[in-house]
Amino acid sequence: MSSASAQVSTVRWLKRAAFAVLVVAVIYGLGALLESTAIEYVQRIVLLAGINVILAVGLNLINGTTGQFSIGHAGFMAVGAYAAAFFGTKLHPWLIGLLGAGACADALTFNLALCIGALFAGAAGLVVGIPTLRLRGDYLAVVTLGFGEIIRIVFNNARALGAATGYSGDDPAGLPAYTNFFWVYLWATLLVTGLAHLTFSQTGRSLTAIREDEIAAEAMAIPTTRLKVLAFTVSAATAGVAGGLFAHMQSGIRPEDFKFEKSIDMVVMIIVGGLGSISGAVVGGIFVAVTLEVMRDLSQYRLVLYALLLIIIMLVRPQGLFGARELPSVLRRLRGPRTKESS
Amino acid sequence: MTEFIQQVINGLSLGSIYALIALGYTMVYGILRLINFAHGEVFMVGAYAGYYAASAFGIDAYERGGRAFPLVLAVAVLLLAMAAAAALGTTIELLAYRPVRKAPRLTPLITAIGVSLFLQNAGMLVFGPNPRRYPPILKEVPFEIGGVIVTNIKVTIFVVALALMTALRFFVLGTWTGRAMRAVSIHPDAARLMGIDVDRTIRACFAIGSALAAAGGILFGLDQIMINPLMGVLTGLKAFVAAVLGGIGSIPGAVLGGVLIGLAEQLTAGYLSPDYRDAITFVILILVLMLKPEGLLGVVKQEKV
Amino acid sequence: MSLLALERVNKRFGGLRALGDVSFVLESGQIFGLIGPNGAGKTTLFNVVTGVYRPDTGRVVFDGEDISGLRPAAVAARGIARTFQNIRLFRSLTVEENVMVAGHHMQQASLIGAVFRTQSHAKDELALRTRAHELLQIMGLSAFAGDVAGSLPYGSQRRLEIARALMLKPKLILLDEPAAGMNSQEADELKRQIRFLRDELKLSVLLVEHNMSVVMGVCDRIHVVDHGETIAEGTPEEVRRHPRVLAAYLGKESGESGRPARSSEA
Repeated sequence: MSSASAQVSTVRWLKRAAFAVLVVAVIYGLGALLESTAIEYVQRIVLLAGINVILAVGLNLINGTTGQFSIGHAGFMAVGAYAAAFFGTKLHPWLIGLLGAGACADALTFNLALCIGALFAGAAGLVVGIPTLRLRGDYLAVVTLGFGEIIRIVFNNARALGAATGYSGDDPAGLPAYTNFFWVYLWATLLVTGLAHLTFSQTGRSLTAIREDEIAAEAMAIPTTRLKVLAFTVSAATAGVAGGLFAHMQSGIRPEDFKFEKSIDMVVMIIVGGLGSISGAVVGGIFVAVTLEVMRDLSQYRLVLYALLLIIIMLVRPQGLFGARELPSVLRRLRGPRTKESS
Repeated sequence: MTEFIQQVINGLSLGSIYALIALGYTMVYGILRLINFAHGEVFMVGAYAGYYAASAFGIDAYERGGRAFPLVLAVAVLLLAMAAAAALGTTIELLAYRPVRKAPRLTPLITAIGVSLFLQNAGMLVFGPNPRRYPPILKEVPFEIGGVIVTNIKVTIFVVALALMTALRFFVLGTWTGRAMRAVSIHPDAARLMGIDVDRTIRACFAIGSALAAAGGILFGLDQIMINPLMGVLTGLKAFVAAVLGGIGSIPGAVLGGVLIGLAEQLTAGYLSPDYRDAITFVILILVLMLKPEGLLGVVKQEKV
Repeated sequence: MSLLALERVNKRFGGLRALGDVSFVLESGQIFGLIGPNGAGKTTLFNVVTGVYRPDTGRVVFDGEDISGLRPAAVAARGIARTFQNIRLFRSLTVEENVMVAGHHMQQASLIGAVFRTQSHAKDELALRTRAHELLQIMGLSAFAGDVAGSLPYGSQRRLEIARALMLKPKLILLDEPAAGMNSQEADELKRQIRFLRDELKLSVLLVEHNMSVVMGVCDRIHVVDHGETIAEGTPEEVRRHPRVLAAYLGKESGESGRPARSSEA
């Protein structure tokens, strides 16, 4: 490699670092603004929306891009939530001993806990994915549902983690409320960017090829099984991060927070936005958070309407808001109806 | 040994209920390739229909007076519940599934999940979220055979389920509509060309499957005493697993699968831990799909290249 | 030098014998035709060679290695590419992406590289894109590079399948009825393109085709099967006159009356 191209590379990385600093600053600023102006109810919706975005974009990788339909992702979210809560609780005193009590130890504990949550959820995804991803279509859907339920039943019986009453750490006040705007949206930004990069790469194209025609993909030497397991694992790990964020939003987590309905919520998010579209998943995640919270006033009618909404979407616009397209291409179409698309 | 036989008897009666529900899953899957997630809720509504029918026939008065509910009325309750469920099943098919019949397979699947959620929550609204005690349509009479306690209810469940399944078998093999069902499940387009009214055949499938589920619902109420609007979720899933275990699309398979799941569940609860009685079903499901995805009595299908 | 050899390959489906003791040798640099009436076992043979089916008995030897029973992806990775009789494109991807996707072997950067958009990832993408465009050029599809594959006309979809197969850098390419649905002008263009594969890209070709003008026009050697069995093999001239071939195509009574039927089956 010549020194000229090494220089180009350095400039590139410097530019990126500057951009990253800018993004972090913007998220921090928005977070401060929100926390100083908005009422708690709105803050909660905003946090849930961010967590939903992470869930939706992660699920979209396997359900949308790869076309392998999982309806049991609440299980992986649960694994991430429990792992993050448990290891966060155990790591915190140790990190305080190392760094002294304060924001620094808290932030480090939290982010390490999230990474551990992702790791455990990803491992669970790997274990579930290897045997099941040979199955196709609706069978796979039902098996993921089964695994999701098994995971919940295991937590329901795990006495070390509080069994059915749930886990709330060692402190009687419950889990620390680490989750705030800054961390949720920083993680959301990182994960959405990372998953978008993955999707628009050779690997992402191969995943789409598997969705479109698995037999042809095999004939093109694409390692279909390995890629499916990879997508499933990454998707499960992403749900794990969301689980960790979710756990530290409240004082404790219970197995019933991760019931089948939660998996369906995730499916609704990616369906609303359009299966296979990252922009769609982002919009769908926000949509579900806002809809469910706003409809809370309707109390017992809420879930009836929500179910009805899902049915109507499937009957009227099964491809969702965006179809499989991304936002830029949708905007381009809106501007000039006959312009050519490019990737 | 007697305890084992006791568990087997309980498992058989529970399994017959699963088998009745599994038939609906397998018939609809066989004909539409759709996992009808709402079928568990049809089962639930069937149980409630029986509950209200029995109330309308004045079962409270009989119970207060210490008299047994007349058998004629009990049969009427069963038939009314079956009719109500058939009406519900065909309505779901007409409003929710027919419009998406030609869509990619995930669209009807998600629609079915939506219908299922809708019925669960509508059930909470209409029937109330609290569990209800099922009226004693049949007065429980326990008797003992060689140290094993059997009740007339367990025997009735087994007999009613067996009778309905035998009737279904004769219907599918012996009648014109039954033949049409088999034809449509093999090749819908060819069946249409041969003059079979495909829409009507699919409707018949939903009607029969739903009626059987309602019968299962009443038997479930008799057996388990309590019913609630979410009872269809887990029971429905177990019945679906039964259908997959037997080989989805296969009617004898659904019966076999139902009985095996019922047995597995009772034996797990009895000998392992009651905490895992629900998990065992999913373990079985996963094992079946990994080892023999076509099920015990199913047929292997390979995609053409 | 022998590139692909089938040694007494048998394949049964239940009671039906789809292939019975089929053997042949395809020399490197040959365009090798495989013909026979419908249901003769040609597609089964393709599927055995490409790993979709495992032969019941017999061996498939490619480039000196026994590949019978390998998974399709493993067979493809060893240098056998194919097209499909009932077109199997990745319909929602663009024409360009359809070709790029088969370039798995050209990737240097890791997954992490893709996520962080490193320079080696950018280089990979550029190499893939460049190669894909070369192949689209060869198959006359450059103008459609940005279009969604499912929107192409039938004949172009068939050519796109060939371009995608070439992206694998195969030694041998299997074409399953590439001329189906093409008009005679398109078929002539296809003949030129198949010869180009052999002459310029130094590929060997195994061709299943019903269009006799294409088969007789491009093949160096032709193997004829009927009811799963070999009935003749030779040059186009020899096969054309072979009595059993004539019988298979025209019925038992046919004498020596000229060319096989189906000279331009669509």
